[in-house]
Amino acid sequence: MSDTEPASIAAGNSAPGGRGATAGHVPRAQPRLGDPEITPELISEHGLTSEEFGRIVGALGRTPTFTELGVFSAMWSEHCGYKNSRPLLRQLPTRAPWVIQGPGENAGVIDAGDGWAIAFKIESHNHPSAVEPYQGAATGVGGILRDIFTMGARPIATLDSLRFGDLDDPRARYLFAGVVRGIGDYGNCVGIPNLGGEVHFERAYDGNPLVNAMAIGLMRTDRLIRGEARGVGNTLMAVGARTGRDGIHGATFASEELSEETEAKRPQVQVGDPFTEKLLLEASLELIESGAITGIQDMGAAGLTSSAAEMAGRAGNGVEIDVARMPTRELGMTPYEILLSESQERMLVVAQRGQEDDVRRILEKWELEAAVVGQVTGDGMFRVLEADTVVADIPAGPLTRGCPTYEREGIEDPEIAGLRARSLSEFSRGPGGDLSRHLLRLVDSPNVASKRWVVRQYDTTVRAHSVVRPGGDAGVVRIPGTLRGIAATTDCNGRYCYLHPRRGAAIAVAEAARNLACVGAAPTAVTNNLNFGNPLNPAIYYQMREAVLGMAEACRVFETPVTGGNVSLYNETEGVAVYPTPVIGMVGLVDNVERVCRHAFAQAGDQILLLGTNRDELGGSEYLSVFHELVAGEPPRLDLMAERSLQQAILAMIADGLLSSAHDCAEGGLACALVEASAGDGAMPLGIEVELADPIAPVALLFGESQGRAIISCGPEQVEPVRVVAARHGVPCSEIGEVGKPGGRFRIRAGTSGVDLPVRDLTDAFFRAISTRMDGPAEVATA
Amino acid sequence: MRVVVVRFPGSNCDQDCHRAVELAGGRARYVWHRDRDLGDPDAVILPGGFSYGDYLRAGAIARFSPAMEDVVRFARNGGPVLGICNGFQIACEAGLLPGALIRNRTLRFHSFDQHLRVESADTMWTSAYESGRVLSMPVAHGEGNYEADPRTLERLEGEGRVVFRYVDLRGQASEESNPNGSARSIAGIVNEGGNVMGLMPHPDRAMETVLGSVDGQGIFQSLATHVSPVDTR
Repeated sequence: MSDTEPASIAAGNSAPGGRGATAGHVPRAQPRLGDPEITPELISEHGLTSEEFGRIVGALGRTPTFTELGVFSAMWSEHCGYKNSRPLLRQLPTRAPWVIQGPGENAGVIDAGDGWAIAFKIESHNHPSAVEPYQGAATGVGGILRDIFTMGARPIATLDSLRFGDLDDPRARYLFAGVVRGIGDYGNCVGIPNLGGEVHFERAYDGNPLVNAMAIGLMRTDRLIRGEARGVGNTLMAVGARTGRDGIHGATFASEELSEETEAKRPQVQVGDPFTEKLLLEASLELIESGAITGIQDMGAAGLTSSAAEMAGRAGNGVEIDVARMPTRELGMTPYEILLSESQERMLVVAQRGQEDDVRRILEKWELEAAVVGQVTGDGMFRVLEADTVVADIPAGPLTRGCPTYEREGIEDPEIAGLRARSLSEFSRGPGGDLSRHLLRLVDSPNVASKRWVVRQYDTTVRAHSVVRPGGDAGVVRIPGTLRGIAATTDCNGRYCYLHPRRGAAIAVAEAARNLACVGAAPTAVTNNLNFGNPLNPAIYYQMREAVLGMAEACRVFETPVTGGNVSLYNETEGVAVYPTPVIGMVGLVDNVERVCRHAFAQAGDQILLLGTNRDELGGSEYLSVFHELVAGEPPRLDLMAERSLQQAILAMIADGLLSSAHDCAEGGLACALVEASAGDGAMPLGIEVELADPIAPVALLFGESQGRAIISCGPEQVEPVRVVAARHGVPCSEIGEVGKPGGRFRIRAGTSGVDLPVRDLTDAFFRAISTRMDGPAEVATA
Repeated sequence: MRVVVVRFPGSNCDQDCHRAVELAGGRARYVWHRDRDLGDPDAVILPGGFSYGDYLRAGAIARFSPAMEDVVRFARNGGPVLGICNGFQIACEAGLLPGALIRNRTLRFHSFDQHLRVESADTMWTSAYESGRVLSMPVAHGEGNYEADPRTLERLEGEGRVVFRYVDLRGQASEESNPNGSARSIAGIVNEGGNVMGLMPHPDRAMETVLGSVDGQGIFQSLATHVSPVDTR
C-alpha cells in the first residue's frame, strides 16, 4: 500500500465576508436529529475501511457526522476515487500536441483542426444494467452524453461496447434485449446517431454484463468550458430535473460485487428521461454560448456531492450549498439523501454573480428549472447547510484528492497460465472436416455474426452526417459544413485478455487503430473503459496491471494518447470475475469524407489482396470456442511496429484512391473476414474465388486470428500501385483472389480442401444468427 | 423558396430539414413552437424528433402549441406543409392529414434504408420524380405503422393521395418489404388539397451522395418549382 497523494487543503484565500476557515479552524458540523450513530458497522456499510475512516477523522480533526460519512463514502468509492487503479493509470501516455484536455475532466478533448475540437469519452453502466437492463443502459447513455455537452460540445455520435452471457441462456437474452432497447430509446429520442461499437457473448459475462457507452461531441475550440467552480462569490445553481430518492449510493453500489442480494438494490438504479436530457442539452449549450456561466458539471455518480466537490477541487476553491434550496421531487428528504441522490438529467452550474437571471431565462425557454443553491467560496471548504445549520464542513482538498490509493500485489492465476501453455496442435492439424460446414457454423456464432439486429434499433442517420454507419470497421461522421470527418471504433477481445492480459490489451489498441485505418482515418486518441473483477484478488490485480502496461505500450507506438475514460471494478457474480475487458474507444480524423473506404467488396472483377502474414495461430480463437468449447492457448502474436506499418500502408493506399475496400481480420479469422466483405450490408452479397497457398493446416489458415492483417480489394489496374505502396512500407502483400458476381459462389481453396458454397447461404446465416435466437426464425427480414 | 422549420423542444431533425432546404437552393428559418412569428413563408416543415418526448402518443401534445395553430391556419389557406416522420405524426394529430401512426408491427424502433415507390408524380411534392420510380432513403421510427379506417384508405387510393409506398428493391410491395406494418404499405400521403404531405421516411437525410442517397432531393426540388415556377434568383 502506498499513500501517493497527500491530503492537502487547497490554499485558503478567505472570501471577504465568507465564513472562511482560517488556520487552526476546526470544521464544525451538526449531527441531525435521528442520524444513526457512527459505528464500525455503519462505516463498513459505507464501504470504508477503518484505516480510511481514520484518515477522515484526521482530515476533519473530529468524527464525521452521518451526512459527512455519506459524502466521504461516495467520494472515496472506487467509482469516484479510483483507489485501486489510479497508480496504474499513471502508466498511460496522456499527452500529445493535439490533446487539449487530458484525463480528469468530464471528457477528453482533442484538436481536430480549423478551430474544431472533439470531446469524447466512454463510461460503464455495468452494475445498473445487470439489475435493470433497460434503465441501466438508458441512463448510461444519458450520463455519457452529459459528460460531452458539459464540455461545451454538441454530441454527434455514440458507440456501445456490450458483453453478455451465452444467448442460449434466457437471462442473457433478457439482459441483451433490455440493454439494446434502453440504449436505443434514449439515444434515438435525444437524436444522436449511433456509429457502431461491438457486442460479444461469452459465458464469462453470464451474471455480469458489460455495458460501456461512448459519446463524441464537436465544438469550436473557443467554446471549451470546464467543470470548475471559479470565481469566489459566483453562484451555484442546480438546473434540470428535480432531485428524488433514486440512485442513492449508486457510486458505492457500482464499487462492490454482484450477488443475489443485488436484486434488492434495484431502487439504486436511476430512471432516465431522454426528453428532459434533450432539453438539458440545448439549454446547457445555450448557457455556455451566453457567457453567463463559468463552469458546469453533470450531477452524475454521487450526484450533487461529487459535482460540487470536484468543481471546487479543480478550481482550488470552496463551495457552500444549502440543501434546503435544492428543488426536490418529494418532501422530507434529508441532507444525506439530497447530497447522494443520483436522479438523472441534473446539472450544477456556476453562474457569474449577477447573471443568475440570464441563466433562469435560458432554462425557462427550455421549460426547465434553475435554482440558486449556493456559492463559490474562497476558504477551500466543502460546506453544506440545511437552512441555517451546517450539516457538513469538509476541506475540499482531502475530500477530492485525499482518497487513499492502493498498489496491490498481482499474481497470475496458475490455472490461466496453464490454459495459455496448452498445446493446440491437435486442433489445427486435425483432418479439418468439411470446411464449408465449419464456416457456416462459425458465421452463425453471435460473436462473428452481423449485429444488424442491434443497430437497426438505433437511429444511425439522424443529424444527416453519418458517412459510414455501423457494420463496418469503424463509423465515420462528417464535421458539419466541411469535408472532414471523425471516425470511431471500440474494441477488445476479452478472451485474449484473459489468456494474456498484456498482449490482449495491446491487441485491443492495435485492432482499434487498424479499424480506423481501414476506413481511411488516422488514429488520434483513446478513451478506455477498464472492466475487471475484484482488485483485492491478486489474480485480478495482476490482470489490471498487465492490461494497463500492454495498453500503454501500444498507445505509445501508435501515438494515440489516452484522454480519459472509466474504471469499472468488482465485475463479479458470486465470486466469479468477468474476463478482463479493457475496452478501447479510439477516434481518428478523416481528411476527406468523400474518400472513405468501406469493408465490403464493391464489384465483380476486383482483385482481392491480403496485407500481412497468415500464421498457424488458433489460440483464443472463436473457432476453438465454438467447436471445442475451449478458451486456451497463446493469443495471436503482436508486432506493434508491423501493425503501425500496416496502418500507414492502408492509409496511403486510401489517400491515393487505390482501394475499393479494406477490412480488418479479427474474430473468426480470414474466412469470416472474407464473408463479412462479401456480405456488405446484405443488399447484394458478392461471390469470391480465393486461393491460399500458405503451408499451414487449413483450419488454422482459415480460422486462426493472426494479427496485423487486412483484406483489401482494388481494380486489376491498381494491383501494381498497391504492391508498390505495400513494399514501400515493408508490408507483405499477396494476391489471393477475385471478387465474383452478386449471389455467386463463395470459394476458398486451401491446399486440397476448402470452402465452396453459394454466398447467400453464408450471408443468410450471418445476418439471421442473432435475430433467430432473439425472435425465432419467423422474423420478417427487409432487404 | 422561403421555408419555415418549426422547432419543438424535442425536435431532432430540425437542422437536417434546414440543411435540406438550403441544399435545394431555398432559405430556411426556424420558428420556436411557443412563438407566433410564422410570417409569410412559401412552405412550412414539421421536422422529425420526439416533439414533447412523446410519452403519451407521438405528436399528441405538439398540436396544441401556439406555432401549430398558425401552421394549421397556413395549411387551411392552402400553404404547403411537409411533415416528416414525427412531423407526419403531428400533422395527423392536428387533423391536417387523415389516419394515425401507431407502433411498428414488431414493437421495436427501426432504422435502415428503405425502398419507396413514387405512386403519384402529380403533386406539388413529387413533380420532380416519375411515377413508379423506386427511391431509397432512411427510415427511423418506432411509431410509423400507418392506419386509417377502410373508407379513408379507399378514398386515399381512389383520389391518388397515396404518394409513397414501401416496396422492395424491384419496386414490389409485399409483407416483407413493409417495414412497420402500415396499411397497404403506405409510406406517405397528401391531404385533399394536395398542399399537406406527410411521410415517415427521411428525404432530409437523403440529400447528398456522401451520405448514401440523393433520392430525397426530388421533394425539395418539386416544392421549389411549385412555389417559384421561374426561379429568378
